[in-house]
Amino acid sequence: MSPDATNLGTLPKAPTGIAGLDDVTLGGLPTGRPTLVCGAAGCGKTLLAMTFLVNGATQFNEPGVFMSFEERAADLTANFASLGYNLDGLVAEGKLAIDHVRVERSEIEETGEYDLEGLFVRLGYAVDRIGARRVVLDTIESLFSGFTDPSILRAELRRLFGWIKDRGLTAVITGERGDGQLTRQGLEEYVSDCVIVLDNRVEQQITTRRLRVVKYRGSAHGTNEYPFLIDGQGLSVLPVTSSGLLRPVSNEIIPSGIPGLDAMLRTGGFYRGSSILLSGVAGTGKTTIGSHFVDAACARGERCLCFVFEEGAEEICRNALSIGLDLRKRVESGLLRFEASRPSLFGLEMHLARMHRDLDSFKPDMVVLDPISAFRGPPSEVHATLLRMLDLLKSRGITSLFTSLRTEATEAEGTDHGLSSLMDVWIKLLDIEANGERNRILYLVKSRGMSHSNQVREYRVTDSGIELIEAYIGSEGVLTGTARLTQEARERAAATRRLQEVERRRREIARRRNILERQIEELRANLEVEEEEARKLLTEEEAHETTLSADRAAVAARRGAAE
Amino acid sequence: MTHDQPRPEPPLADPDTDPGYYQLRLYVAGQTVKSLAAMANLRKICEEHLAGHFEVMVIDLVENPQLAAGDQILAIPTLVRRLPTPLKRIIGDLSNTERVLVGLDLRPKDTSR
Repeated sequence: MSPDATNLGTLPKAPTGIAGLDDVTLGGLPTGRPTLVCGAAGCGKTLLAMTFLVNGATQFNEPGVFMSFEERAADLTANFASLGYNLDGLVAEGKLAIDHVRVERSEIEETGEYDLEGLFVRLGYAVDRIGARRVVLDTIESLFSGFTDPSILRAELRRLFGWIKDRGLTAVITGERGDGQLTRQGLEEYVSDCVIVLDNRVEQQITTRRLRVVKYRGSAHGTNEYPFLIDGQGLSVLPVTSSGLLRPVSNEIIPSGIPGLDAMLRTGGFYRGSSILLSGVAGTGKTTIGSHFVDAACARGERCLCFVFEEGAEEICRNALSIGLDLRKRVESGLLRFEASRPSLFGLEMHLARMHRDLDSFKPDMVVLDPISAFRGPPSEVHATLLRMLDLLKSRGITSLFTSLRTEATEAEGTDHGLSSLMDVWIKLLDIEANGERNRILYLVKSRGMSHSNQVREYRVTDSGIELIEAYIGSEGVLTGTARLTQEARERAAATRRLQEVERRRREIARRRNILERQIEELRANLEVEEEEARKLLTEEEAHETTLSADRAAVAARRGAAE
Repeated sequence: MTHDQPRPEPPLADPDTDPGYYQLRLYVAGQTVKSLAAMANLRKICEEHLAGHFEVMVIDLVENPQLAAGDQILAIPTLVRRLPTPLKRIIGDLSNTERVLVGLDLRPKDTSR
């Protein structure tokens, strides 16, 4: 805490260190003023108050005094040890003082005028001893059972709260919820700077803890009822607010892990941070497709958080192994976490709150909710819860995959908890029953911001994962399964026939060519023979001629000699 | 009414042996009007009803604030009867003598209270 003297516009605040509460109060409780925390028994008032002190002592270097009017110091120490708070250690270090004020009516006899100076002395002594900046009075209303004269008490309480303000102590006063007013004794009359109401409501046998800042003088604050959790990590408030539509968008494309599905999108995948709805009837492989998404994300080194409501983590891992995805390995590598719980285990708010906390702690890149249809309750509440979940995921840029079971009833009413219009991508899974078999097809109802296939695809769950096949669409409609196979076989046969015909023609031509070429060869050979004979005749003729002329010359010579 | 349960004058008392011995502490915070009244009233009551059988320690919490928690003091002034047991707390300026006597078990509790 730092009393922000430089910033005159804002009230100085003492952070509580309680996750979420400082967000709701925009910084913490008013410094130097008392804050009233009220609620029915078992709401966590004492826990909130003690956490305020312990965090003050350990995180903000502000020692604190816990004045308990109900529990003894030893009981408090034992109770808070279960949350990992070492109260004895803090007491020994001088960072915490616990004073148990016991008021036993039967031991007290009133014999005249008195005041509660003893309380002031004790508180003042404890504060001075450890230099406390924070004080808790839990539950000061117990005093009203110890003394007969409420008018004295009221006057003294007024004086006490004034004294706390004068000393500049940041105080938490707890009070039991009363009929028609915030506390039984009307403490809100005295403590009016900041009032926080805790509530523990049971609806349809499901308990939800809620916190509300009723007033905070001099400061803005979250006004809603916020669910809060008490578990092994203490108390955490979850300001699950709708963050509106101002949120970062990403142009990064992430593939789904199913090549055939990615091929249906021009971009080859989905935008990071988009919300994807997978809806289908039972047995269409919603979880299986989800497992593909998860495995692909883990393979990219992204962190995945799966909230599963119908199966256990082990079951999902085993089932995924049957399609060749080793999710157990992903879990062991720390990239994947399953949060399995029955939807009826908590109220909707509490589910949301738990998810919120898990998101904070695990910081996933992808979140799977399987299935959202498991949430039961008034439709408007379910819708609001899922909407807030969606907003939460979107505001953090987390890619989300929701699966939703469609039944004939929801199909007829058109209720997907009204979520389908909010989703960026809607993949619809159908099964078609024909020819005595059941086949699965999917199509993209929408995929915002990218062109995508309008075609129906048949898909099969194989040993190596989901496989998309182009469905046969003919005059008889969409053919799937064996009908598609038969049709394909028919087409293959026709194609083979055509191929054979072409081949036959080709052979015929080759044969004809061979015949003709052979004839040409023969004719050419004949020609050569004739030419050879002609040449021979010519040569003989020439030789004959030469001989004749030689003979004639010889005769002439002889004649000349004889004459 | 003032004469039921008469107390005979006992011999001089010792807290270890005398079951009627009164060990009292009066807690005050400063010399306020109420504190002074309580001291005066206590002195009178003790002398009248407990002569010789009591000891009174006056504790001023302004000087010794650490002593307040031990006897679970809230109201000021408070008279604590340490002995005889059980422990009793009588708060106020002790102006109502009847009540003080009831508180010290010197009078049976009046049911009309």
